[in-house]
Amino acid sequence: MQLPDDKKDIITTSKISRRSLLAGAAAASIVLVQTASGKAFQAALTASELAADDPTKVPGVPPGTLGTRSPFEKPVKTPSDTSSRTPLQDLHGMITPSDLHYERHHGGVPSIDPAKYELVIHGMVDKPMIFTLADLKRFPSVSRIAFLECSGNYRGSNDGKIKPQEICGLTSQSEWTGVALSTLFREVGVNPKASWFLAEGMDAAVMTRSVPVHKGWDDAIIAYAQNGEAIRPEQGYPARLFLPGWEGNANVKWLRRIELADEPFMTREETSKYTEAVGGGKIRQFSFTMDARSIITYPSYPAKVEKGWIEIRGIAWSGRGKVTRVEVSTDAGKTWQQAALQQPVLDKAIITFRYLWNWEGNPTEIMSRAVDETGYVQPFLKQLLAARGGNMGYHFNPVTAWYLQKDGLVSFKAT
Amino acid sequence: MSWLKARSMLGSTIKFLGTALMLVTALHTATSLKVSRQHPGVLLADTLSQPVHYGFGRPATAAEIAALDIDVRPDGTGLPKGEGNAMEGKAIYIQKCAACHGATGTDGPNDRLVVGDTTKGGGRKIKAIGNYWPYATTVFDYIRRAMPFNQPGSLTDDEVYSLTAYLLNANGLLPVDTKLNAKNLPKIKMPARDKFIPDDRKDGPEIR
Repeated sequence: MQLPDDKKDIITTSKISRRSLLAGAAAASIVLVQTASGKAFQAALTASELAADDPTKVPGVPPGTLGTRSPFEKPVKTPSDTSSRTPLQDLHGMITPSDLHYERHHGGVPSIDPAKYELVIHGMVDKPMIFTLADLKRFPSVSRIAFLECSGNYRGSNDGKIKPQEICGLTSQSEWTGVALSTLFREVGVNPKASWFLAEGMDAAVMTRSVPVHKGWDDAIIAYAQNGEAIRPEQGYPARLFLPGWEGNANVKWLRRIELADEPFMTREETSKYTEAVGGGKIRQFSFTMDARSIITYPSYPAKVEKGWIEIRGIAWSGRGKVTRVEVSTDAGKTWQQAALQQPVLDKAIITFRYLWNWEGNPTEIMSRAVDETGYVQPFLKQLLAARGGNMGYHFNPVTAWYLQKDGLVSFKAT
Repeated sequence: MSWLKARSMLGSTIKFLGTALMLVTALHTATSLKVSRQHPGVLLADTLSQPVHYGFGRPATAAEIAALDIDVRPDGTGLPKGEGNAMEGKAIYIQKCAACHGATGTDGPNDRLVVGDTTKGGGRKIKAIGNYWPYATTVFDYIRRAMPFNQPGSLTDDEVYSLTAYLLNANGLLPVDTKLNAKNLPKIKMPARDKFIPDDRKDGPEIR
C-alpha cells in the first residue's frame, strides 16, 4: 500500500516526537519502517523499546501493510535438520498460524517461480496434460479445514522434561484451498484400470509417494492456498497434494507430476521409510490413515499450576473422520470424564477440548483420550507396544499423561 | 500379491463411480445427489454436478513427459540404458557418499546402507538395504533422484548403476564383477521382500 506523501510526514513526525518526548524509552510496541519502494509496514521493536507506561497518552501507530505479532509474544517452531515442530503448548483454537505450521522435508525448501510452475498428469489417462498455476486456479475451488500430521510423531522422555511440541509437534491444522483432484482426474480422463498414482515433488529430493487412486477420487486436493493466502514455501508453494486424514509424507509438496498406474511404484519413502514393524517379523506398508489422538496442552510441561480451578485444555484429531468424544482423567486413568468439545467438530480435523477441574493440590496424573466415529479409542503406550510386537515407530499415537507434583510443577509421563 | 489385486479392484469400483459421474453430469442434479450419497468422498460429492471437461491446461507432449518421468518401478519399467559394477561403484561411493554414510556404509553419520555386523549400531533396528529394502529398483530410483544430498541429480546413469551395484554387493546380494543393468537389476530378490504386508488396520475400534 502506497502512502500519500502528506501521510508519510505525519507518521515520521509522530514517530520522532514520541521518541524524543520519552527520551529513549519508546512509547509504541510497533513502529513504521519505510522501505526503498516507499511502502510502509509495521515492524516489531526489541524488548528494550517496548510499551509506554500509559498507552492512552501517546498516539498509536497508523495502519500498515502487514500485521505483526506483538513483540511480547514469541512462539517459535523447534527445527532439526529435517523437520520443525509446532509449539502446541503456546497456541489456542483449531487453526495453526501458517508460520508455525510444522515442517518436514527431505531435501530442503525449494525456491519455485510460480510463473514457471507446471503440473503434469500422465500415465494411464486418456489425455496427458500440463496445468500451470493459473490453470489450476481457473478450475472450481474447494476449501477444507483439516489437520496434517507426520506419521513419525511420537517422542517420550525419561526425565519428564518434554513439551507437547517435542512429543507430537509434527501436527498442525490449516484451511487448505485448491482444486479437487477428482476434477483434474476427469479433465485428463483417468483410465478405469488405474489403481495407484505417483505424486512427485520438485524439491531437491524429487520426493515421490504412491497413492491409491480412490483417494484421488474421494477427497484429495491440489492445494495452492493455506489460511487465506498462497501456500507457504515450506508447505509446498506454489502447489501441493493434500490428502485429508492421511500421513503427512504422502501429501507431496511442490507437486510437479502425477502418474497414473496399475501398481504402486515402491519408492524409497514407502519402503525403507514410513513403514513400521508390527511383530512376527512383518513390516506394515501403505498405512496411510492417521489414527485418533489427543494431548492435553494445558497444563503441560513446563507449566507450573496452582491449586484451585484449572481448565484442562487440549487438542484431538482423527484421520478416520470426526472425533466424537474426548475423555479426561485426573486420577491417573482410574476414572474418566467427558470433556467439552469446541464447535465446530470437523471431519479429519483438529478440534479443541476442555475440562474444568478443581485441583486440591495432591500429586496426580492427568491425561486425555480421543474416541472417533469408528469407535476407535486412543490407546495407551502399553497397548500399542503389545499390538505391534513391542515395536515403536511410525503411527504411534499413545495417550499422553502429565504428572502434577505437589508444588504444581508439571512433567511428562509415559502411559 | 492378493492385496494389490484388492487395491486394484477398489480402483475399478472407483472408476465405475467415475463413469457414473459423467452420466450424472448429463442427468443433472437429482441423480447426482443420489450417487453422491453412495460415496464417502466429500469433495467428489461437491464436484459431481460439474462439467467433466473445462478445457483448461494443455496437452503434454511425449518429450515434455519424458523430461520429467524418471521413476523406476519394481519390474524395471523406467530403467535407463547403461551399466556399472561394484568395483566402479566403490570408487564413486568413497568420493561422493562416504562422508555421510561412512566408509563401509554401516557407520553413518546418516542412514545405514549396509547391514554388516548386526551386533553393532542398533541391533534389530537396523534398516539397511540388505535387510529392510524390499525392491532393488528402489535403490537405483532413489540414488538417481535424490543423491548425493549436496548435489542431487548430478550422477550419470552409469554412475547410478555402479553405486547400486556397490551397495547390493556390500549387502551380499550381487557378485563384485557383475555388470548391473536394466535387465538384471529387477531380478534381484531382496531378503526383506516377503516381510512387507499392506496396512492391516480396518478403520474400526481395534488397536493395531
